[in-house]
Amino acid sequence: MLDSVDITSRLEEILSAHKGMEGSLLPILHAIQAEFGYVPQVALPIIAQDLNLSKAEVHGVMSFYHDFREHPAGDHVLKLCRAESCQSMGADRVAAHAQKSLGIEWHETTKDGRVTLEPIFCLGLCACGPAAMINGKLVGRIDEARIDAIIGGLK
Amino acid sequence: MKIYLPLDSAAVALGADELAESLMFQAQARGITLTLVRNGSRGMVWLEPMAEVVTDAGRMAFGPLTLADVPALFDDLAAHPKALGLTDDLPWMKAQTRLTFARVGVIDPLSLDDYKTHGGLAGLTLALAMDKAAIVAEVTNSGLRGRGGAGFPTGIKWKTVSEAAADRKYIVCNADEGDSATFADRMLMEGDPFTLIEGMIIAGLATGATKGFVYIRSEYPIAIDVMQKAVKIAADAGVLGTSVLGSSHTFNIEIRVGAGAYVCGEETSLLNSLEGKRGVVRAKPPLPALQGFMAKPTVVNNVISLASVPVIFEKGAEFYKNFGLGRSRGTIPLQIAGNVKHGGLYEIAFGLTLGEIVDKIAGGSASGRPVKAVQVGGPLGAYFPRALFDTPFGYEEFAGKDGLIGHAGLTVFDDSADMLKQARFAMEFCAIESCGKCTPCRIGAVRGVETVDRIAKGDASAIPLLTDLCNTMKAGSLCALGGFTPYPVMSALTHFPDDFAPMKEAAE
Repeated sequence: MLDSVDITSRLEEILSAHKGMEGSLLPILHAIQAEFGYVPQVALPIIAQDLNLSKAEVHGVMSFYHDFREHPAGDHVLKLCRAESCQSMGADRVAAHAQKSLGIEWHETTKDGRVTLEPIFCLGLCACGPAAMINGKLVGRIDEARIDAIIGGLK
Repeated sequence: MKIYLPLDSAAVALGADELAESLMFQAQARGITLTLVRNGSRGMVWLEPMAEVVTDAGRMAFGPLTLADVPALFDDLAAHPKALGLTDDLPWMKAQTRLTFARVGVIDPLSLDDYKTHGGLAGLTLALAMDKAAIVAEVTNSGLRGRGGAGFPTGIKWKTVSEAAADRKYIVCNADEGDSATFADRMLMEGDPFTLIEGMIIAGLATGATKGFVYIRSEYPIAIDVMQKAVKIAADAGVLGTSVLGSSHTFNIEIRVGAGAYVCGEETSLLNSLEGKRGVVRAKPPLPALQGFMAKPTVVNNVISLASVPVIFEKGAEFYKNFGLGRSRGTIPLQIAGNVKHGGLYEIAFGLTLGEIVDKIAGGSASGRPVKAVQVGGPLGAYFPRALFDTPFGYEEFAGKDGLIGHAGLTVFDDSADMLKQARFAMEFCAIESCGKCTPCRIGAVRGVETVDRIAKGDASAIPLLTDLCNTMKAGSLCALGGFTPYPVMSALTHFPDDFAPMKEAAE
């Protein structure tokens, strides 16, 4: 975890880079998450003050969207598509395999902090499912063996 | 030597980036000067990654390629084990009517010169010589309807914004393509981004809007990257800016990224999200056309609607209108997905039957098992059984069968699908993604999951309860999330009653 001094100094830069932008809260939250890997809660009152919003409003926005995390994720983030097209090609089976081999459920991180497993609803890879995203990289036509290879290949 | 290899997400997910690296390396090792163009996908996803080698006879296709297939691309091409022949002669390509997707997979997506050579900016050039009313009339006459799913006539929406008096107006492109089985927006943005930009500028001319936003979902990193680059290139070339193509018109575009909320594909929650708020649905009226982004008149159109505008101007409204059936005019990019042999993007005039699409074009299931159901229109669309495969693909035709075409995505399921499970998923998805504004959606979806679970346990009395709940959700939700979740649920229940039969597990 970062200390609040590191966060506030970088946060000031992010806020000033978004000055004058119409509806800047989502871009600001994205920039913060890109910078820190999550949205540190100490940032919320500072954003609120900058945008002349209440802290509750900023918290409401941040917690509404699935993408924004309150805490850092594991070293690697594995997202598996759960939507219908991937289901029709066995996504549920593949997801159950991933959960079993990692020993975690959706939204959990392995005890050693290596892998976070998350559901995702559609990567637009519906004609080559089941689809996954590992650390931002797209993978199509996954099966149990491919999951094992992906997990095994993580440092 | 010149080779085209897609940068399209599907191709990349199947190994195109690694192939690109290998191609460059192998060419260098052979002392060959290779021009590698990363293009959009031709839409034959089962053949991805598909490379095209430029020959005197035309572009020759090879796929699906693995790294082991790369060396042979530098030898006798006709003898290559993955040789498919000339791309233009492939049956999938030949039978299509590609208007909106004419350039996707053909051009270098980020070359404005390539874009112009293939007819790009011709529509905008013509529109610049027309007045606002004439531009709106052209779009109205084309019969173009919102391709996002609602099917609202695009020309009428533009007219409302055009005639509204305000100091600022906006064009918002809805690129929050969250429905499973849909990827046309993604493919268009990745393969021909300037078409979308051109369509948005024409919308700006028609309405007097000078600012556009493209709201792209965060699940589409490649589309975001391509669009950001394309906007920069267009601005540097004077296509965007204070003097569009040297005229007195101003138009600028900004790319915004969503944050994983499905409901933001609904236009009013998208507008809230764009304003930096929670993506909660707004009540209508006021219409976004009158009070949209920042309470100013706003056109909210889907990617495909806007990207179809340039060709309408280039070839004329009459030309476009002559395709289609009934009140569904023009072409529709079908997205064929799920358990299919031949999945991908297929642009064709409205009017094919569902059976023709599934059995002929898609070639049946990938598993080789019989097709049991097709979900048309994403997670809020109905499941169609084989008995309804004679339904022609059109807005009214599908509505007449208690379904919808939505964004024209089709998910095919083979006979291993359990329709009770699919109904449960529809409710679960609605519960996860509900914005929370309407009680029937927020709470009804949670109760819906529980009710389906009761049916699964053999409680037949829960079936009328589920029907009743669906009626409440349908009538009592502001937007399509709560209002349309009953479509997959009720269609599964109506057309596949065996999967809901009481005590089915106990009986087995």
